[in-house]
Amino acid sequence: MSLWEYANPQKFMQTSSVLLPFVSVLTAVCLVVGLVWGFFLTPEAANFGSTVKIIYVHVPSAMMAINAWVMMLVTSLIWLIRRHHVSALAARAAAPIGLTMTVIALITGAIWGEPMWGTYWAWDPRLTSFLILFLFYLGYIALWEAIENPDAAADLTSVLCIVGSVFALLSRYAVNFWNQGLHQGATLSLDKEENISDVYWLPLVICIAGFVLLFVTLVLVRTRTEIRARRIKALVARERMG
Amino acid sequence: MMPELGKYAGAVLSSYGVSLALMAALVLLSMARGARVRRQLDEAEARRRDHG
Amino acid sequence: MIALLLRDLNLAVRAGGGFGLGLAFFLIVTVLVPFGVGPEGAILSTIAPGILWVGALLACLLSLDRIFALDFEDGSLDLLATAPIPLEGVVAMKAAAHWFTTGLPLTLAAPVLGLLLNLDGAGYGWLVASLALGTPALSMIGTFGAALTVGLKRGGLLLSLLVLPLYVPTLIFGAETVKRGADGMATGTALMMLGAITLAASALLPFAAAAAIRINLR
Repeated sequence: MSLWEYANPQKFMQTSSVLLPFVSVLTAVCLVVGLVWGFFLTPEAANFGSTVKIIYVHVPSAMMAINAWVMMLVTSLIWLIRRHHVSALAARAAAPIGLTMTVIALITGAIWGEPMWGTYWAWDPRLTSFLILFLFYLGYIALWEAIENPDAAADLTSVLCIVGSVFALLSRYAVNFWNQGLHQGATLSLDKEENISDVYWLPLVICIAGFVLLFVTLVLVRTRTEIRARRIKALVARERMG
Repeated sequence: MMPELGKYAGAVLSSYGVSLALMAALVLLSMARGARVRRQLDEAEARRRDHG
Repeated sequence: MIALLLRDLNLAVRAGGGFGLGLAFFLIVTVLVPFGVGPEGAILSTIAPGILWVGALLACLLSLDRIFALDFEDGSLDLLATAPIPLEGVVAMKAAAHWFTTGLPLTLAAPVLGLLLNLDGAGYGWLVASLALGTPALSMIGTFGAALTVGLKRGGLLLSLLVLPLYVPTLIFGAETVKRGADGMATGTALMMLGAITLAASALLPFAAAAAIRINLR
C-alpha cells in the first residue's frame, strides 16, 4: 500500500467516491460553525470595530490562495517526474479554486481597507503580491484552456507552474523592495506573542480548517470531473477510429 | 439576533456577502460541470456498449 | 551556434523582419504619454523612469511571438531540434538574436526619449545601464513564453498574458534603479538584483524553454 496507488485513475475514483461525502459534510460543518461563531459571537476589537469579523473570510482565503498554488506546484512536479495523470488533472482542478480564493482575499481586503486605511487599494507589498498571484493564476488557466492535446497541456502548464513559482517568489521580494507597506503583520504565527487574542483565535482556526476542507472537497470533485472528461475524450476518439 | 455592527455594517456584510457568493458560485459551477461530464460519460459508455 | 545567431540577425534586419517596429512602438508610447498626463515638466520627470521602462518592456513584448513562429511554420524548428547542437543552445541564441534586434536598440534610443520626458540629468547613465542589464532578461523570459505557446494558433495574446507577470521583478528593479539614480540615491542593490535576474534567467530558462519546445514538437 503506497501513496502512488491513488495515481491509478480507477483507484482514485473509488477512494474519492467513498471519501467525498465525509469530507463535504465536514467542510459544511466547519464553515458554518466557524463563520457563524465569527460573525455572531465574537466581540468587536478596540481599534478595528466590527470590521475585525472580516478576518474570518479574509485570512483563510488568502492562505488558501497561496496553498493552492503550492499544491499545484507539487502535483506538477509529480506529473513531470512520475507521469501520473491524476496528478496533472488535480493541478488543473485546483487552479480555478485558487483563483477564486485570490479574488475573495483581494475583495475582502479592499472592503476592509476602505474604513481602516481610508482607501480600497494601496500598492502595499502584500496586496500587490496577491494581484500578481492573480495574474499568474489567469495565465496558468488560460494555457490549460488553449492547448488541445491533454498531455502536452499538462506538460507545458507544469513547466509554467515551476517557472512561475520562482518568479512569484522573486516578485514578492521585489515588491517588498519597491514599497514598504500598510498591511499589519501576520495574524497567526507559532510565536505566541504575535498571535491575536484567544477570543478571535479559535473561530479563526475553525474557519481555516473549513476553507482547507472546502479546497480538498472541490479538488476531489473537480479532479473526478477531469478524469471523466478525459475518459470521454478517449471514448470519442476510439469511436471515430471505428 | 443580528449582532451590532455599528458604522462598519456595510463593510462587514458586503465582504461576507461577496465571499459567500463567490464560494457558492465556485461550488455550483464545479458540481454543474461534474454532473454534465458524468452524463456525457454515461452516454458515451452506453453508445460503446450498443455498438460494440 | 554563432552561425545560427547570424542567420537570425540577418532574417530580422532584412525587409519584413520587423526590425524597426519595436523601436517605433517605443517612440510612440513615450510620445503619447505627455498627451495623456499633460506637459508639466515636474510630473513628467517624476514618471519618466517608469514610463521608459514600461515602454521598453512593451516594445520587447511586441516581437516575442516572432521568435519561433516563422521557424515553426516552415519546419526549420524541427530541423534545429534534431540538429547536433543542443536545443538549449538554440534557444539561448534565439534569445540573444531577439535582444540584439530589440533590447539593444531600445537601450541606445532610451536617452533620447528621456529628453522628451524631461528625465532628470543624473538619471541618463542609470537608464542606459539598467536597460542594458535588464533587457536581456526580458528577451530570455520572453523566449520562454514564446516556447510555451509556439504551436498555438492564436498564441500572441496568450503569450502576453503569460509573460507579463514574469516581467514584474525585472520592471521593478529596472525602474527603481533609474528612479533612485535620478534622485541621487544609492542604486547598487537594484542594479545588482537586475544583473542577478538577467544572469539567472539566461542560465536556467534555456532549459525550461527547450523542454517546452520539445513538448510542443512531439
